[in-house]
Amino acid sequence: MSRQAASGVRESVLKDHDPAWAREFEAMMEAYEKAGGRPDVLQAGRVASAVISANEVLTVSEIEGVTIEAEEQEHGVKARITVAPGTKVEHPVHLCFGMMAEEGLQEIDSEFEIGEGAEVGFLAHCTFPNAIQLKHVMDARIHVGPGATMRYSEAHYHGTEGGIEVLPTTHAIVDEGGHLETEFNLTQGRVGRMAIDFEADLAGCAVAELVAKAYGSGDDDIRVEEVVRLNGEGARGLTKTRVAVRDQARSEVYTTAEGNAPGAMGHMDCTEIVRGRAEARNVPIVVVRDDRARVTHEAAIGSVGKQELETLMARGLSEEDAVDVIIRGMLRG
Amino acid sequence: MGDALLRVENLSVKRPGAEVLRGVDLTVARAEVHALLGLNGSGKTSLALALMGAEGYEPEEGRILFDGEDITDLSVTERARRGLTLAWQSPAGFEGLPVADYLALGMEEPTRERIEDALEAVALSPRAYLGRAVNSGLSGGERKRIELAAVYAMRPKLAILDEPDSGIDVLSIEDIVSLIHHLAEEGTSVLLITHRDEMTRMAERASLMCAGSVINTGTPEEVRAYFAQRCRPHGDLLGSQPWGEEAGGTYQRVVEEGVCDE
Repeated sequence: MSRQAASGVRESVLKDHDPAWAREFEAMMEAYEKAGGRPDVLQAGRVASAVISANEVLTVSEIEGVTIEAEEQEHGVKARITVAPGTKVEHPVHLCFGMMAEEGLQEIDSEFEIGEGAEVGFLAHCTFPNAIQLKHVMDARIHVGPGATMRYSEAHYHGTEGGIEVLPTTHAIVDEGGHLETEFNLTQGRVGRMAIDFEADLAGCAVAELVAKAYGSGDDDIRVEEVVRLNGEGARGLTKTRVAVRDQARSEVYTTAEGNAPGAMGHMDCTEIVRGRAEARNVPIVVVRDDRARVTHEAAIGSVGKQELETLMARGLSEEDAVDVIIRGMLRG
Repeated sequence: MGDALLRVENLSVKRPGAEVLRGVDLTVARAEVHALLGLNGSGKTSLALALMGAEGYEPEEGRILFDGEDITDLSVTERARRGLTLAWQSPAGFEGLPVADYLALGMEEPTRERIEDALEAVALSPRAYLGRAVNSGLSGGERKRIELAAVYAMRPKLAILDEPDSGIDVLSIEDIVSLIHHLAEEGTSVLLITHRDEMTRMAERASLMCAGSVINTGTPEEVRAYFAQRCRPHGDLLGSQPWGEEAGGTYQRVVEEGVCDE
């Protein structure tokens, strides 16, 4: 049985590489775990994975039907992940991006190509535990082939200083009958400045569900901008945003759903909880270009509900703990 | 009546545009099931919220003594930590909060066994419900049972149950009655707000509220008889708006003067 270091990394893995690599890898694994990842799964043979620290590709593991090409650049990595048509990937592909440094720039240029009829999930963890003046830029292009399914979940951990800018931009194309689900989660530690920019174009009977969750404090600045274009007949799209802000944090959520074809259905659902002197804004934009399409939206912005709060206080929780339980539940839900 | 756990003295509460409680006097003994009866709008829920310390129900006058201590100025949390809790008539939903976590919140030492025990006490299968969220995915009746399970799990000294039978199908009333028996057996006093005769039968004593005041206290039979003789004649006039004009002058006098008709 292989022994494990404190980070959960197998000692045999560390021994096979030079000490500098081993230190970096072990530090990344510790940070990965803080972001919610599981180092043991990352190192399991049956799981496709990639670990990228700053502009260094530490490990890449492929499995049948899943190809990961990663090329180091001056300030980051260019990656292309391909899932062959018809491949049903049993375990999610694990991706770990991050930087141990306090300052610097990481640019990830990524491309996801999901072949016709393939099914795959991704679990990405982005970790910047020591960030003081750091910028993480992600430029992603996603193509979900006809009848294919892609589920992508990304969790971030930015440490406690808030000295980070996270700027992910994604453009997704979902072909006929394709299915795309994404979830972005930044609910542990500070946010810093974050601006999510996500656009999705859907063909006939394609489905997209975009979920974004964030919890801002201090002077964190959260901006979510999502556009779903329901271009094909019977396309369906959902954006679900859950944001909580406290102290002087700010949150702005702009979502657009376009019903451009017969039978297209879109819905935008935004809940933001505001505490202290924080500020939240939600601007849903509904565009309908076909009289057989339907787009709806719902938004709730405000403080924690009085009855919810008092119900938990009636179980003995302090007001502060009750608010935290409600917010954590909303962000989990 | 035994040793008093709750003593409410001359409690008055004003809400915008109405005096919802007017000099309420009420005593609940230790380990007693005490039914609180009254027409819609008579002040039962307002009294429950005032006893729990809910925002907007702060008394203008009077005091609340609980376990020998004046809790009139204490917060909801402080009252709960002294052993007082409330099951709301329409319980709130909690997005993303699993039932197991919700039940554990009020327990001093939560264990899986005790959480399962609380669900079984309201006839819900732990296997089916532990992982579900306390949100709109639950029916009104399921949410109600989970609220009662949360109260049971807390093992309070006094549980105020605001119409625990509303939204529960007739066949399941027996489960609620059984839960209240469980609470009483564990030594919890219950202030039971209800309209249902079969629920009042399990109470040792009952009080009748009218127009924001407690106007009669006695055995459930005595109070039901008092209610039937003096208050029921107006029932068919009340409809869903007992404060409206259709209630008629006689009922208006009941409301305004805080006494039942002769």
